[in-house]
Amino acid sequence: MEGELALMGKYIGAGLATIGLGGAGIGVGHVAGNFLAGALRNPSAAAGQTATLFVGIAFAEALGIFSFLIALLLMFAV
Amino acid sequence: MAAEGGGLQIHPMDQFIVKPLFGEGAVHWYTPTNVTLWLMLAVVSIGLLMVVGTRRRAVVPSRSQSVAELIYGFIHNMVEDVAGHDGVKYFPYVMTLFLFVLFANLLGLIPMSFTTTSHVAVTATLALAVFLGVTLLGLARKGVGFLAMFWVSSAPLALRPILAVIELISYFVRPVSHSIRLAGNLMAGHAVLKVFAGFASVALVSPVAIGAMTAIYALELLVSVIQAYVFTILTCVYLKDAVGDAHH
Repeated sequence: MEGELALMGKYIGAGLATIGLGGAGIGVGHVAGNFLAGALRNPSAAAGQTATLFVGIAFAEALGIFSFLIALLLMFAV
Repeated sequence: MAAEGGGLQIHPMDQFIVKPLFGEGAVHWYTPTNVTLWLMLAVVSIGLLMVVGTRRRAVVPSRSQSVAELIYGFIHNMVEDVAGHDGVKYFPYVMTLFLFVLFANLLGLIPMSFTTTSHVAVTATLALAVFLGVTLLGLARKGVGFLAMFWVSSAPLALRPILAVIELISYFVRPVSHSIRLAGNLMAGHAVLKVFAGFASVALVSPVAIGAMTAIYALELLVSVIQAYVFTILTCVYLKDAVGDAHH
């Protein structure tokens, strides 16, 4: 019974950890949206900033990856 | 549980199982598996494009030659823009990483193939190589000055120790996010494809499922290229810490 309870807690915790991915979604959308807003104002400067765009998206995404990591840890390591 | 839903059986994670190529049995470190097969195919196809494709060295390039030249120029520009002029020396390594990740991603999109980059074991090896390489390179080139990266001199003095701890943590977390980003994106995309493939066996929703699969496949094609690009550009960003001028 105790083992089942722990298993249930593990699964619920892993599911809750995936909520963090929503934050990554907000972050990535924020970066891309602001890039588009800036790019439409000054299209000639946009092409030179795509590298910065992708680095920004990657960093915003990294924090979502940590919640995925915690879900993986709960599922397979705890 | 699987019996519910009238024969609907979805095993989205089965495609990631590492199997020996010949026969059954345990997987040892020397066993040729489906992973090693597709890693090798990636290397072979890179060789086909970059070596055989450009062998004629025509002034007016053939199709394969112009693709190879485009990729070469693209990555060369990226290294120069992001890592700076001193980083161009390490262009061959960055180019190798990009081609390997790109081809492994794209070969994984062939139906019934194996996506090697969906395994953290593969991507962590690549990311750890970048991490160790950049750290050693930075220490060799700048010595103790490399550690100045963690001491943010533009911040107020009282905040600097706290910032140093945060910088240190974020530095050591780099290989984790670098590798799991690639593996996670590829694994999630392929799992979604398999889930929709499972829905396609139900006659009522199969047209929708097959349409969705086609759309997701196109998205996965985009994700494969973008993730290879992101992996490479982050390598360039990390490389800049080691070889670039200290801006603080």
